Amino acid sequence: MALVSLRNVTKAYPNPNGGDPVLAINDVSLDIEAGDVYGIIGYSGAGKSTLVRLINALEPVTDGSVVVNGQELAGLGEKQLRPVRLGIGMIFQQFNLFNAKTVWNNVAYPLRVAGASKEKIQARVDELLEFVGLADKAKNFPEQLSGGQKQRVGIARALATAPSILLCDEATSALDPETTQEVLALLKRVNSEFGVTMVVITHEMEVIQSIATKVAVMDQGRIVESGDVFEVFSNPQNGSSQTFVGTVVKGVPSPAERAVLRERHEGRIVTLSFRDGDASQASVFLKLAQAGVEFELIYGGINDIQGKAFGHLTLALRASDAVIDGVLADIAQATSVTEVA
Amino acid sequence: MDALIELQPEFWKAAAETLYMVSATLLFGGFFGLLIGLGLYTTRAGGLLPNKTISTILNVVINFFRPIPFIIFIAALQPLTRAVIGTGIGNNAAVFALSIAAAFGIARIVEQNLVTVSPGVVEAGRAMGAGPVRILRTIVIPEALGPLILGYTFVVVAIVDMTAMAGFVGGGGLGYFAQLYGHRQFEPVVMWAAILLIVVFVQLVQWLGNRLARKALRR
Repeated sequence: MALVSLRNVTKAYPNPNGGDPVLAINDVSLDIEAGDVYGIIGYSGAGKSTLVRLINALEPVTDGSVVVNGQELAGLGEKQLRPVRLGIGMIFQQFNLFNAKTVWNNVAYPLRVAGASKEKIQARVDELLEFVGLADKAKNFPEQLSGGQKQRVGIARALATAPSILLCDEATSALDPETTQEVLALLKRVNSEFGVTMVVITHEMEVIQSIATKVAVMDQGRIVESGDVFEVFSNPQNGSSQTFVGTVVKGVPSPAERAVLRERHEGRIVTLSFRDGDASQASVFLKLAQAGVEFELIYGGINDIQGKAFGHLTLALRASDAVIDGVLADIAQATSVTEVA
Repeated sequence: MDALIELQPEFWKAAAETLYMVSATLLFGGFFGLLIGLGLYTTRAGGLLPNKTISTILNVVINFFRPIPFIIFIAALQPLTRAVIGTGIGNNAAVFALSIAAAFGIARIVEQNLVTVSPGVVEAGRAMGAGPVRILRTIVIPEALGPLILGYTFVVVAIVDMTAMAGFVGGGGLGYFAQLYGHRQFEPVVMWAAILLIVVFVQLVQWLGNRLARKALRR
């Protein structure tokens, strides 16, 4: 059984303009296995922040079932949810640190809620601050820290009660690129060293690319595509997924880009898609050369996701149409070919 | 000047009465104002325990009492004052009316300052399994402490102002002293002596409030 299992979950909010309720989450089913780093990507308003809050029941579901660690959360009262939440850590885009408390007391807070002994709190907080590399900042207040440091405190705080799940709500969206990488590296360690299952909400494909093992793409309250990150990245099916993948993967040129390419380059323009295990680039280029096709690489790139390579290369081909048709038919048997202009 | 020297015992007695009335009002009004303010904050839409009925009742009651000018309020409250305090006159009767009037004002100030606490930290508390009472006590109030101290400081100054009307129900204090022995006896020196002491007192309170708030805010 999955660690987190959502079945036909719907979350409706009253419509501010009257009329039908607004569906923030619309019939979503999702399984998150122990040890996963599950990325959920979508534009703002897609419902991903609401979705992640269903997992620790900060938002109650309107309909459907949410099972975490074998326990059904739908229908539980706030009091019954409190022990459940001790087993689920959460970090936030704006960090949400307690400004009136020191770094040390921020991390100690959930342990106090859990009723841990003084000795245990002392040991655990020191251990976690060591883990996130902020032992020297224990007595500082949050306003004295940089954004990246704040999020590291947030991570330490979220891990205090040794939860099995960590929910990350746009955890790096307020950080600069370099700090983002730092925080992502730390989250990776949380997953690999402590075996914490993570749900990572983001609108940045780079985040998914660097830490997620699985990904779900959300659009208008629905999950429109989900699966292994490599699968979704190398072969996105849904339009929204393709747009997101397009932000990090220079793939098939958009119509606007095609027009530019068309203007600049002569010949027929085709996009070849490579996936790990498919035909190698070398054999494709060899075939083109042997057929006497003059070719030029004009767009695209090769990406590495979880140690597997894939990519889209757009070429301008110059030879007679018959020659090109012949060689493309040959290549198409091993890899996907799209004529784009 | 001679009048002031002659009135010295009354002057210091009045000062002590003002101090007593302000402290007692701050204690009772401050406590109940905090409770009502927490009630407003907790029950408001989107609050920790949203409750439209309680929220509406609190708001209507506060909005009913707050606009009543204190000098009328202190008179209108007489029957209740007699029932609770046992007498309608004197400093304690004044403190009773002052506490009630102050509590409603303080409730609004408390509410105003608590709503400035970022909903994110409250959510973080909920996500960690903290209940509403714990969140109020260990997150919301500490996070709003600086502005709350400034709010209470503001209230003390307002209470000093209101105590000047205690004379209407047979109470004392510097305000009444300034009226009775200064203004009505054509002794401007006496009046100004009382004014000056009030100003010094207010300055001290404000200085202390600022200091405490700066400490709470660490800036």
